[in-house]
Amino acid sequence: MNEVTARPEVVAARGIKVTFGAVKALDGADLVIHAGECVGLVGHNGAGKSTIVNVINGGLAPHAGEVLYGGNGGQHGISAARASGVRCVFQELSLCPNLTVNENARIMHAELAGWNWRVRALALVERQLQDIFPGHGIDCDSTIDDLSIAERQMVEIAISFAGLRDKPKLVILDEPTSSLDAGLAAQLMTYIRRFVGEGGSVLLISHILGEILSTSDRIVVMKDGRVVADRAASAFSTRSLVEAMGNVVREQEWLRSTDKRGGEPVLSMPPRRGQGLAFQAHRGEMIGLAGLGGHGQTEMLLDLYLSRNSNWWPARRKEIAFVAGDRGLNGTFPLWSILKNLSIASLGELSSRSLVDRGQEGMLGDGWRKRIEIRTPDMENRILSLSGGNQQKVLFARALATTARIVLMDDPMRGVDVGTKQEVYDILRAEAASGRTFIWYSTEMDEIRLCDRVYVFREGAIVAELAGDEISEKNVLEASFSGGEAA
Amino acid sequence: MKISSGTVRLIIPAASLTLLLAAVFYMQPRAMSYTGLNLLFNLAVPIALATVAQMLIMAVNDLDLSMGTFVSFCACVTATFLQASPAIGVLIFLGAIAAYAAIGVVIHLRELPSIVVTLGMSFVWGGLAVLMLPSPGGEAPGWARWLMTSRPPFVPMAIVASVVIALVTHFLIMRSSVGVLIRGVGGNVRSVERAGWSVIRLRAGTYALAGFFAVLSGIALVGLTTSADANIALRYTLLSIAGVILGGGEFVGGKVSPIGAVIGALTLTLAGSFLSFMRISPDWQIGAQGAILIVVLALRLFLNRLEKREKSR
Repeated sequence: MNEVTARPEVVAARGIKVTFGAVKALDGADLVIHAGECVGLVGHNGAGKSTIVNVINGGLAPHAGEVLYGGNGGQHGISAARASGVRCVFQELSLCPNLTVNENARIMHAELAGWNWRVRALALVERQLQDIFPGHGIDCDSTIDDLSIAERQMVEIAISFAGLRDKPKLVILDEPTSSLDAGLAAQLMTYIRRFVGEGGSVLLISHILGEILSTSDRIVVMKDGRVVADRAASAFSTRSLVEAMGNVVREQEWLRSTDKRGGEPVLSMPPRRGQGLAFQAHRGEMIGLAGLGGHGQTEMLLDLYLSRNSNWWPARRKEIAFVAGDRGLNGTFPLWSILKNLSIASLGELSSRSLVDRGQEGMLGDGWRKRIEIRTPDMENRILSLSGGNQQKVLFARALATTARIVLMDDPMRGVDVGTKQEVYDILRAEAASGRTFIWYSTEMDEIRLCDRVYVFREGAIVAELAGDEISEKNVLEASFSGGEAA
Repeated sequence: MKISSGTVRLIIPAASLTLLLAAVFYMQPRAMSYTGLNLLFNLAVPIALATVAQMLIMAVNDLDLSMGTFVSFCACVTATFLQASPAIGVLIFLGAIAAYAAIGVVIHLRELPSIVVTLGMSFVWGGLAVLMLPSPGGEAPGWARWLMTSRPPFVPMAIVASVVIALVTHFLIMRSSVGVLIRGVGGNVRSVERAGWSVIRLRAGTYALAGFFAVLSGIALVGLTTSADANIALRYTLLSIAGVILGGGEFVGGKVSPIGAVIGALTLTLAGSFLSFMRISPDWQIGAQGAILIVVLALRLFLNRLEKREKSR
């Protein structure tokens, strides 16, 4: 350890705090990266990994704490970070899909200016690709759109590691192997070791623990916006890493109801893409869809919805209601009143001869306002006058006010404070007891533990089914990370 | 050999232009001459320039609904100030281009929808045009008239101008590094931003460039018509958007093609002549023109879907 700390610091972020509304994304996190080391960063969803990456690359200004590049403070921002040799490969692809490979290199490398830049960009990318992924076979004159996902990821990695005059000092790789196969991933890991050996540094974020353990010199574990462990990689094993990420000691908070599996399933689906387990839901069940974010849970919910509703012609009586996760994007009607936002899904029942019965609509609104305690003096107020948590309650009420017996929820509690969450959990439990079925995608472990049964997703397929007391943070984490042992 | 998606996008516009041209020649063989071609494509030059301007705006995921009134305004300036006192005329044009850059800055800074801002600006340009020329009139500057009516050997001016516009803008947008950055903004703003570029400057520059091409469109139009009117180019707004889409461009995603845009403008102009040759009454022409547009766009959608299916396999 002493030998490592003696090296110069490339980036030092200390005491970083970032809040988004009521959510503390980072709560005093420290991350120091030295020259010539590969640091592995692990943690569950919402642990703050991507946020701290964004702070380091200058895209996000921290609300407290300081970021030093190469020991110098003062400036912060994208240009300052780039000038200090910090490059980042993002989790979501950040190439311009409409441009060719060499044009993307031109955007990433401002020094490729001047006459004949195309030829030089082409040579640069081709050399770097050959260096990292020998025998790749990518045509660097083709448009990114025409490449496969794996090829795009390879190109983005190569562009980030490439350098004409100023070689990158620190390359941040956020889930770099998420769409690479095992062979390509191994090539990348070999290259990372070589790059680190030549004095560069790498911050590696991955959910494949095998990669992290074999490639990193040091592993940093984050949880709830803090760094909870920071040790040499040799001090960890897969098991101790999983344990460091989760909180295994937390005890069960309430008694789970009896097994409701019996009789006909109300909703079922064969295994996704012919892989993994099949999906089944029974009356009155609360089913959790767990796993890391973006591993096919939302797609599953949409498919479930479309299996009962036509995409072309809306059914008159809806069997399924949907609670959207991203309020701003597909949840609220921002210009409408609270009441209108609530009643929109049940207008069919509220109207006679195609005209909405205002009296009934008002009664429905008042009923739900009392029941779920929407904190507003008047339901005619604009929906945006409510806090985020209360807006979310309105969206829940919208789904629950319908006659639908099945409710799909797409991680609806994002950014909702704890008090509101508890209130909504109580309502959900009461509704489930009265025979409604809930299918709930959540990235939060506390919510997953409320469910009767949990399906864990990995790479678009259901890889594990947990029921009753098997539902624990440790089991869910193990199932979502289990690819690590194979790698 | 694999065909790139850019080439695929050019096939449909090129094929539809060829088909229309063949149909026109079949119905009216006399159009197959120097004068005939010049007459057919004469009015395509200003439309092509306006289409290129619209394409630039669409390359950064915006839409300009003031294109028609702005070109009318430029036509009025050309027929009055630029003709009478060129220095003031040039100054007005520079001011108009600066205004376009300012619109780009405002749209970017305030995150306003470009449609709303440009729709508002269309009334400003329209009003200014009416102030300058309350009734049709004015006179084209001699050099503009000379340029638009010159008769180069073998190939008529309309064709030469279209080819020059297509090549120059192709180089500017598709080959130069400025063009790469402009299209990058349309493709993935965040990526351009993360690479340390100033998106606000890029957007302002794009709008200014679009303003410049729209100015050229106004001058070319007056060069053809010899006089101007405040409402001379109102239909250019929709024609330019249709031209870009017809030429293989898309509303979002920075997918544009300058050569396609010029071909699209030519196709739209030709569609009008084609319908006249078919003796379709002017009452039905706009509807028929729309039908042609729908057919071409449907074809493209079909090709896109084929391409996607091919890719997912």
